[in-house]
Order: sequence, then C-alpha cells, then structure tokens
Amino acid sequence: MRLQYPPNVKIICLPCTGKVDLIHILRAFEKGADGVYVAGCLEGACQFGNGNIKARKRVEQAKNILEKVGIGGERVQMYNLSSSEAPRFVEIAKEMTEKITAMGPNPIKMAKKKMAA
Amino acid sequence: MIVAKQKPLEEIIEELQDYTKILVAGCNECVTVCEAGGKKETAILASSLRMYFLNQGKDVKIDEVTLERQCDHEYLEEIRKVIGSYEAILSLACGVGVQFMAEKYFSVPVFPGVDTCFMGVTEERGVWSERCQGCGQCILARTAGICPVSRCAKRLLNGPCGGSTKGKCEIDKELDCAWQIIIDRLKELGKLEQYEQLSPIKDWSTERAGGPRKITREDIRQ
Amino acid sequence: MKEVKTPSKLEKILNAGHLAVTSECGPPRGSDPNVIINKAKMVKDHVDAINITDNQTSVTRLCSIASCIHLKLMGLEPVLQMVTRDRNRIAIQSDILGAASFDINNILCISGDHQKFGDNPKGQNVFDLDSMQLIQTVRYMRDEGKFLGGDDIDRPPRMFVGAAANPFADPFEIRVPRLAKKIAAGAEFIQTQCIYNVEKFKLWMKLARDRGLHKKVYILAGVTPLKSAGMAKYMRNRVPGMDVPEQVVKRMSGVPKDKQPEEGLEICIETIQQLKEEEGVAGFHIMAIEWEEKVPEIVEKSGLYPRPRIN
Repeated sequence: MRLQYPPNVKIICLPCTGKVDLIHILRAFEKGADGVYVAGCLEGACQFGNGNIKARKRVEQAKNILEKVGIGGERVQMYNLSSSEAPRFVEIAKEMTEKITAMGPNPIKMAKKKMAA
Repeated sequence: MIVAKQKPLEEIIEELQDYTKILVAGCNECVTVCEAGGKKETAILASSLRMYFLNQGKDVKIDEVTLERQCDHEYLEEIRKVIGSYEAILSLACGVGVQFMAEKYFSVPVFPGVDTCFMGVTEERGVWSERCQGCGQCILARTAGICPVSRCAKRLLNGPCGGSTKGKCEIDKELDCAWQIIIDRLKELGKLEQYEQLSPIKDWSTERAGGPRKITREDIRQ
Repeated sequence: MKEVKTPSKLEKILNAGHLAVTSECGPPRGSDPNVIINKAKMVKDHVDAINITDNQTSVTRLCSIASCIHLKLMGLEPVLQMVTRDRNRIAIQSDILGAASFDINNILCISGDHQKFGDNPKGQNVFDLDSMQLIQTVRYMRDEGKFLGGDDIDRPPRMFVGAAANPFADPFEIRVPRLAKKIAAGAEFIQTQCIYNVEKFKLWMKLARDRGLHKKVYILAGVTPLKSAGMAKYMRNRVPGMDVPEQVVKRMSGVPKDKQPEEGLEICIETIQQLKEEEGVAGFHIMAIEWEEKVPEIVEKSGLYPRPRIN
C-alpha cells in the first residue's frame, strides 16, 4: 500500500513511544510545531510492556502545560494503532492536520515573528 | 531524602511576572529523585515558561542550570560568574537550597519552584511518603524502628489511639496506623511485652519547638 | 476499701462500692451558659458526676473548664475532660490549676480527635503530651505537688484521674495491655467507648480480670442510646473505633421509625443490666448525645436509681 498522507506531518521514528519524553513534546512546540501527535501501539500490545501507557501519561502532562501556557492542550494528542493499520495511520494524519489547521498556527511561532520584526 | 512537589505553573508564573532575565536552577539531589526539581523538571519548566512569556508577547530570557546541590557553598558558587546577568532566580531545590541561594546572592530575588513537603521514601515511582520529622532525638529504638512522631497523625508516643481501625488511621483510610505497624513489628521481633513500657514525656526542645537548630562539630571543623 | 485520695464525690462513691453513674454534656457552640445549665438540670438527680467534653470531634465549642465551673456553681460534680490536642504542657498545667481553683475534682485525660474532623481542619495540633503522659502529669502535680518543671505547686490540684479506654479499637490484642499501661501511668478510673458489642466487651473485661486490672482501676462501662437505625449505621460505618454489631443494626431497623428511639433506649438499658453483674464493672458512663433528657429514664429503668448520698 503506497498510501498518501498530508505532507505537513513530519515523522520522528522512535523504537517505542515509551521513549517520548515530555520535554521532547514541549521543545517541538517551542521550536514552532503547530501540533504533535504520538502514535503508539495498541494498549496492551506494547513490545516493551507499557511504553505506550507511559507515553499517554506524558501526552496528558504536555496537554496540561500547553493549556496553561496558552498554546492549547488540543494541539497534542495520543493515538494507538498497530503497525499494520496503514489506512488508520493516514486517517489519523488527516484528522490531526484538519484539527490543527482549524486551530491555526502555534501562537508561539507568531509571537516570535512579531518580536523579530 | 527531602520530598518536594512542583508548585502549580500559574503560581510560578505569578511570582516571575516582573522579570525579564530569569535563571531556572535545578538541583541534582533529593528533588531529582522525587522528580520535582532535577535536570529534567528544570528543562520542562524553563521550556513552559519560555512559551508562556513568548505567547504573552514578552521578551523574557529564561536560562536553565542544574547544580549538583544547592545546599553546599561549592556548587552554589558555580553560578557566581553568571548571576549578574539575571534579574531573578527560580530555584527548584528544596526550601533549604532556595534559602542558601538567597543568602549567598543577597541582592538577587530568589523564588521557590517547589513546595518542600517532608523527609521520606519512594514507595514506588510516583509515590512518596513521610518517614522522619527530624525531631533531633531519635526514639526508633523503642518503637520497633517505626516512627510515631512522623507517622502517627497525633504523634502519640504511647499509641495507638481509639481511632485505629483495621490497621488504618482515623484521619485517612489509606493511611497506615503507625502504631499498628509498631505492634506488628514488636510481635515479629518477639518483643510485644515492650509495648507496655511507658514512653516518657518527650523533650521537644531538639525539635522545631527549640528554635532553629544548628550542629557544630569542632572535631571536623576547619 | 481503698484509701480515698481526693475530695472527688465520684471517687468516694466508687470507693464505697456503689455502681457509679456518670453522664456527659457537650458545651454549646456559643456563649449561652443556659445550654449547659439546662442539660445539667436534666441529669443532675440521676448521675453522680457529669463529664464536660472538650471540643469533641474537634468542633470549637464553649470551653470545658468554664462549663465545669457552671456545674460547680450549681453544686454539681463535674468531670473535666481535657484533650492534649489543643494545649502544650504549659497550658495543660495552667488549665489544671485553673480548674483546681474551682475545686473541680475529676479529670478525664484524652488525646482528642484529630482536628481533621472538626471545623478547623487547617489548624495546628499540639500533642506535646499524649493521653498517658497527661495522666502522669496530673498525678505528678497532685501526688508530688510539683510542676513538670520541678517547682513546687502552692495548693496542688486534688483531682481524681480518669482515662478513656476503647475495648473495640484495633488491634484488639493490645487493648488490655493498653489499659494496663494507662493504669501504670496513674489512671484511677476508666470510662469506656460506647458498648454495643457486649460479648466483645465481656471478653475484654475477662482479659482485664485475668491480669487483676479491675482491682487497680474503676471501670465505668460506656453506653450511648441509639436514636434511630440511621444513627446505628452511621456509628458502625463512620465513627472510627466503634463496634456496632449487625444484630443491633437489624434490631433498630426492624421497628418502625417512630418506635426506634424507644428501641434504642431499650437496648441501652439491657446493656446496662447485662453488665451490672459483670465482675470489674464499677459503674456506667451514659453518653446520651443531645438526648440528655432520657438519662433519668435509662438510670431508673436500669435499677440504678436512687443515687447514693455521699458527702
């Protein structure tokens, strides 16, 4: 299957979503990402036990912080799907792209531009 | 270790409203272990603050550093050369570190980033509980190694009170009754008869009640 | 007969071998002395002494000492309850002297409920002493005539010293050792937690007798009449250290709501009657919470009336 997904999604590969740290997510936003989503294995199917559960908790922490700093917690999302679900992957990529597009750009990015100007 | 928890971000932001050059200073000791103010938390907090102020349209410089300890001169000295370039310090060390920082850099505003809670253990990752209140006169020898000063809600030296129910404290069904554990331990040690020894009235002058405490050891002092 | 050590009427009655009857009155949440006076009037002819609770369940009330003084002014015999939660050793000794200056001759030494249960859960607690150490303190002040600091007391307090015991709290195995410990600390009378589980109380008494403790201390069995099945359930489920057996709850639930108060009184009276013959029970402590008007009925129907006249 050579399915197409929106080109604005940049994939960062990790051995397991358990490797995702809160600071990774925050730095992405600090550097101007408009949205971040973490695609982990289905819950209960983590090769390493509970990497995806840990990732979910960190995504929740990121949501909380982003909400408080005024960027919006909705910009970060956790998804669970198996590696064989390519159509689902595309669906999520589209869904997330639509959602973030609707929310508009990361306000940090705008603020930085304004300050530089 | 000393157990702390990070203050709510809103409170920290409120403290720092008036400053444009801030150093966020973590500590590699206790607050690292209890995941409140170590290198990782320092990075997360600094990043959060940068995003917050940027989003507010404020140009605030927020740098981060994590010191080996904030309760010793030699590590605090490490930031002396850069301290002049900051208007305020947010210390993620325990209350001890925050104060030592404030004492050392007397003209720089220092704010706490954590609420220092107690001396305790890591029961499991994410769960810490109190074990010691530093009363200055350890009674564990006669309480089977379990401390009623820190773990009994009423600090009863001759417990348990009538509120002990099924091994739990009357103030919280999740909280173990310290005296139940003491009694269980005495039994295990074959020393239950020790229970009937009256604990004398405690000298609290070595505790907070006696005023700020200090230990001076001339044998090792330089 | 033992030697009487204090001017306490309660001590004299117990010492003379009578089954003593005490009751308790909770002070009001305000400064109207009539609340305490009226409660006392309801029970005064049917009890030997009246306990005044000390900010029970950590809810702020008119103070125990002032309430005791009101009773003294009525010519009644108060038992000053004192918790260690709210006072350090300076205040404790000072309050004891204050009470002694009004010839309040009985004190019940307790630690007190944690402030979490009261109207000031954010407050500090003190617990400079615990209940055992308070017992020791009063005895030291009385018997040695000295302050804890070692100085002499001019006109030492002459108080009959009591303690609470809960035969039903956990762990059960130390309940009797704990009683022994309170006696060793200097307790002269004991008022127990409310008894609904008579069998368990009897077991506790037996274990106490096995150690001869009933000969070293006067044990007043505590009773509280249940007003309703709801109260029975509340006490069973919510009050720490309270043992209300299922059959008591069932018995209360088994009668119509309007008959439940009567049933509660009946259970209370039966409990007293069962325990009157129990060796080592020296009397009864009737805690009719906000139901003081029923104390005379309980005392009369239990065959504990009239009360002995002792000067």
